[in-house]
Amino acid sequence: MTMRLMDGSEAIVEAAIQAGLRFYAGYPMSPATELLEYMAEKLPHHEGVCINAATEIEGVNMALGAAAGGFRAASGSCGQGLALMQEAIAEAALNETPIVIFNMARNQQDYFQATRGGGWGDYRTITLAPKDLHEAVEHAQLAFHLADKYRVPVIFMGDNLLARTQMGTTLPQLDLEPLPPKDWQLDGTSGGTGKSRQIWTFGCGKTNDPGPGPSKHWERIAAKFDAIAEVEARHEQGFVDDAETLVIAFGSGGKFVEHVVREMRADGHKVGYFRPITLWPFPGDALEAASQDCKRVLVFELNAGQMIDDVKLNVRDRKLVKAIGGVSFDESGLNLGPLMDATVIRERIALAINGASQ
Amino acid sequence: MSIVMTTRPPEAPSNKVASFKPTLLQTEEHHLCPGCGEPVAIRLVLEVIEELGLAQKNVSIIGHGCYGSFIMTMDVDSTLCLHGRAPAVATGLKRMRPEVAVWTLQGDGDMTSEGLAEILHATARGENITCILLNNGVFGDTGGQMTASSVIGQRTKNTLEGRDAAYHGHPIVIGNMVAAMPGSAYVARGSVHNAASIAATRRLIRKGFQRQMEKKGLSLVEILTMCPTGWFVPASGGADYMMESLGKTYPLGEIKDISASE
Repeated sequence: MTMRLMDGSEAIVEAAIQAGLRFYAGYPMSPATELLEYMAEKLPHHEGVCINAATEIEGVNMALGAAAGGFRAASGSCGQGLALMQEAIAEAALNETPIVIFNMARNQQDYFQATRGGGWGDYRTITLAPKDLHEAVEHAQLAFHLADKYRVPVIFMGDNLLARTQMGTTLPQLDLEPLPPKDWQLDGTSGGTGKSRQIWTFGCGKTNDPGPGPSKHWERIAAKFDAIAEVEARHEQGFVDDAETLVIAFGSGGKFVEHVVREMRADGHKVGYFRPITLWPFPGDALEAASQDCKRVLVFELNAGQMIDDVKLNVRDRKLVKAIGGVSFDESGLNLGPLMDATVIRERIALAINGASQ
Repeated sequence: MSIVMTTRPPEAPSNKVASFKPTLLQTEEHHLCPGCGEPVAIRLVLEVIEELGLAQKNVSIIGHGCYGSFIMTMDVDSTLCLHGRAPAVATGLKRMRPEVAVWTLQGDGDMTSEGLAEILHATARGENITCILLNNGVFGDTGGQMTASSVIGQRTKNTLEGRDAAYHGHPIVIGNMVAAMPGSAYVARGSVHNAASIAATRRLIRKGFQRQMEKKGLSLVEILTMCPTGWFVPASGGADYMMESLGKTYPLGEIKDISASE
């Protein structure tokens, strides 16, 4: 398509529909509201359905139903709304129903509940955190691909800036490997054949064809997430080879840090940046390599310290790691605060470097 | 109970229940308690689905309760979803596969306690799904505790002196609530306490599925089922106890049928 100026929410919805999204159910919550509005407007024109759910719990369970039927389905919210969905996200992981959750966060305080598996059971959620609209358009496609490939829930982690900033895009389509047909989907056609299908968290199967049972089923699920962690970690880095200071940030924060680091490099500072693109699986091996010779590792995130745990787990000495972010909202409490600012970030990096050299 | 009038001739010769196994059951064995009413009710649903030619055109969405174990024996495409959420899951599936008969199987704990929002909003939207409620007024699976539909005076493990309206609140009569909403097409309450009620309930279930296939809106068929274990009565005394207790709060019969009024 030709280049069009769109805000992030619209571009994400367009990209998701191009990727085959046919069912969305959501509940309004800033800044995820526009996503729901665009879904409601656009899905019916693409043989899709958008339902205005009564609660986030209802919405995500509707998405589970549509996905169980074999269709690409999603729900979306942020923060507290994501918290309400956690039981269903866990269920999707444990009964292997591929769904996508668009978490258009208010800030960066959803890192833990996105990456730790906020519900019950041994699972993780693949979490994609685009730095800008161009990457978001790709991730909207990748999210559904990964969800179907592994039969897992995938969280798309956006934020206010991403949702509400306008950019020109042609909605380029990713060239993704073809996936096998969904031979597990509940289409209702197998009744009475002795081979009827089942989607069930306990994995006990049917009388005619018993499954492995809960313990072995959940062991297999856990092993699947281990296998995903081996191959699906993604990251972006720059100027790491001779960096004395490595700055780590995700999402929009990663884009700001990248910009600041480029500026500081131009001024002769030995600074590098590292951005996890997947928050889970966390690109730990890559971070270990990138931070190998650094004197300090700075973590910029708009929260009281969440991703910093993963950073500490993956550098040679956790004492090298220092937080330079913090809790930062605007006055409404609904939006990114004054910390998300290149000048402020540069000051904090400089302070960490100079403070260390004194 | 009220008699369901019909001018319809019998669809098939009469059969003794014990003389055949419904096609949609992989085995007649179950692991529920002696005197439990749920296996009879589920068997009725499966027989009706087969009679209506929906065997290879249906998906069940099962809630959490003793009946959940039937996900292993029902030869039907099935998912056992989160507690209370079956009407939401059914909504997602039905909207994408409108040609398939989508039905939920829920207990009173699942539908009226944990999942009241889901059933009411699914009704409000007029979803073309059939919800089967197995109402025994108790959380049977956890050993006999009060649900939202336990009746006044009913002794459970957490209403030891009987449900007291002033202390524990009043039972939720979900069938009447659903019937009062414009999105519902058919609401009826049956029972499985004797042969006549079982035969009558089969007809109610049948209409419930027919209204779905006619795209009339949500149908709810509530079936009173015995739970002697959860009521602390002998297995053989479940039927009488049920009609003396639940039967008075939940009278049997059709509550709403929009096709009848057309």
